[in-house]
Amino acid sequence: MNDSRRNFLLKGFSASGAAWLAANWPRQAAAAEKAQAMGAFTFFTRPQAAEIDAIAAQVYPTTDTPGAREAQVIYFIDLALVTFAADKQKVYTDGLADLATRTKSFAAMPAAGQVALLNGIQATDFFKTVRDHTIMGMFAAPWHGGNFGKAGWRQIGYDDSLNFRAPFGAYDQA
Amino acid sequence: MKKYNPAEDVDFVVIGSGAAGAVMAKQLAVAGFSVVVMEQGPWGAYGHEQDYNKDELSNRFPAEDDMLLSDPRRQTNTFRRNANEKAGPGHHSYGCVVGGGTVTYGASSWRHLPWEFNEASRFGTIAGTGVADWPVSYDEIEPYYSQAEWEIGISGPNIKTPLIAPMSRPYPLKPLPVKSSGALLMKAADKLKLTVTPNVAAIITEPYNGRAGCINCGACSGYGCQVKARSSSAVALLPIAVATGNCEIRAFSYVREITVDASGRATGVTYFEKKNNNREVFQKAKCVVLSANGTETPRLLLLSRSNRFKDGLANSSGLVGKFLMSGNGGGASGLFPDPLNEYKGCVTGAAVLSYVPNDTKARGFYGGGRMTARGQMSPIQYGLAGPHGAPSWGADYKKALIEQANRRMTLVNFISQLPVETNMVDLDPEAKDAWGLPAMRITSTSHENDFKAMQFFIDRSVDILHAAGATQVWADKVSDSRGGAHSRGTARMGNDPRVSVVNKYHRAHDVPNLFVVDGSSFVTGGRNHPTMTISALAYRCADHLVKAARTGNITI
Repeated sequence: MNDSRRNFLLKGFSASGAAWLAANWPRQAAAAEKAQAMGAFTFFTRPQAAEIDAIAAQVYPTTDTPGAREAQVIYFIDLALVTFAADKQKVYTDGLADLATRTKSFAAMPAAGQVALLNGIQATDFFKTVRDHTIMGMFAAPWHGGNFGKAGWRQIGYDDSLNFRAPFGAYDQA
Repeated sequence: MKKYNPAEDVDFVVIGSGAAGAVMAKQLAVAGFSVVVMEQGPWGAYGHEQDYNKDELSNRFPAEDDMLLSDPRRQTNTFRRNANEKAGPGHHSYGCVVGGGTVTYGASSWRHLPWEFNEASRFGTIAGTGVADWPVSYDEIEPYYSQAEWEIGISGPNIKTPLIAPMSRPYPLKPLPVKSSGALLMKAADKLKLTVTPNVAAIITEPYNGRAGCINCGACSGYGCQVKARSSSAVALLPIAVATGNCEIRAFSYVREITVDASGRATGVTYFEKKNNNREVFQKAKCVVLSANGTETPRLLLLSRSNRFKDGLANSSGLVGKFLMSGNGGGASGLFPDPLNEYKGCVTGAAVLSYVPNDTKARGFYGGGRMTARGQMSPIQYGLAGPHGAPSWGADYKKALIEQANRRMTLVNFISQLPVETNMVDLDPEAKDAWGLPAMRITSTSHENDFKAMQFFIDRSVDILHAAGATQVWADKVSDSRGGAHSRGTARMGNDPRVSVVNKYHRAHDVPNLFVVDGSSFVTGGRNHPTMTISALAYRCADHLVKAARTGNITI
């Protein structure tokens, strides 16, 4: 996804419907698609989303292959926080408040500064939680909001067709 | 499905619907007896298995009614290493759904070898342990292994070796694919002169008894099977029980007590209807069969205290909950040059059998184990665990994650564990479960011998991975068990009521119409692959019970 599309998404309208989503888990697939199409967030404010998106982009960076940003992991995390990970909301709000005491805008920092800051908070609950959620967002099925275009699955050679015949790998060929 | 009124005095109440309970229910219902099966877990996708969830994220965070395993935050348990410690929060979990652990298990289905029933007389006892002979011999149980294998649907190799128990009938189905990990294991075995065979599994490989063969989807252990290829109790046994018109399954029904009358006979069970505001209901029964697993079975006996049975039901020996063996493992992992794609297919394709027998003199410890080749990791699981020898996030994490993807193989070992009386399940004096009942407390430290065994198998795993051509190998640290789905030994069988809880037909020594059959009946633990033996014991128990009940006297 190009940068202007991402910026459009982050600038999208603020969301409603968190309660609806919570009530309808795990039928959030359709909701995830809608939210992305609208660039809407259910839990985060747009500035919060920009900060978390920037952290996720360092946890799983864009290299010669897509990273968390292209995989739209921020939408996965946003939905997670009103569904299966609702108990982690405080970890995020507290973590973001702490982050604000360290930098005016994490997203606006140069990459080297971002990495240095994250190294300093690696042991916190906040960072560990964002790390785990970023990775889940890379490798959970796309209908949960991340893994856009199966970007994560492609990178680790995972075929989700759920129906295989042996041989499966390089060593069990007849 | 037949419905019984709780006030009706049914012939049998069976507590638990897993590997043992479903066999009991099916055999008793087919013989014409009225049976009510109590299952504390939900229905799962019983009868509509095509709906089983294959989504890794929602499988990891299921809604309450979609859970297939117990939740240690609700089925609360605590753990401590020894009686001097205060127990802290435990993570013990087990299959908790109609069909029990067989709905989600890896499905390895090895028989015990003949000498695993009389290790004490064959190899001698060991100080500090309760190693004893079983009151039942392999020859007595062999016909029931065959019956279980053919009725349930077991696939496996038909190879004659002293490392596999002798069989009166071959396996009904050809084995599953050995996968790349199995092929590598076979390559190493050639070099190291080890015996390797395809795995024996309760997964059918071609159509059988109206069910479809495995499609190797890979979302296997921990998931329900959407094509009914895994021969779980819920697809292989319970539908037959229900079809008789004699058997009712009650899901969401959590038994809190087996009740007794003044003469000491069981009268039925009191349970919570979880879907009815936990209303308490009493189901009357002529006979109670307890098959709630190696940890919940002793807990329920201990919860069923009464004036007559002050230390818990069927506990005059004091051994209810004692001699817990919850299963030891450990192994090693390696990376190979090309993709194995272990995420496809079942969990285990092949096993090393050479170290199953006891060889105390050569190895310096008592016991043995079965080594299994694996490597299956689903995408989220792999990402969270991370690549070997790399940071846990950032560009180097990502690079290594991609490089190592699908190239990992792991040897997971199933190792003997000695029965030690101080390893036990009892009631936590403080912690309660979500229904306000005393939580299960597990106390366990393996015998020193077992630590040597674990180290031995870790070392052999490293050797095998090198011989198979791994470019990098790393070993697990020795790690003692803390509970788990393979729990055994906690209501042991025996002829002497002073040192055992049930007799050789699983009748409680103290309660003439209470039968206890599941992993808790084990006297010694085998090689930590218990399910096939649990099923066979249940077939044997049911056979006895049907014959006895037909003569009008189940107390013999």
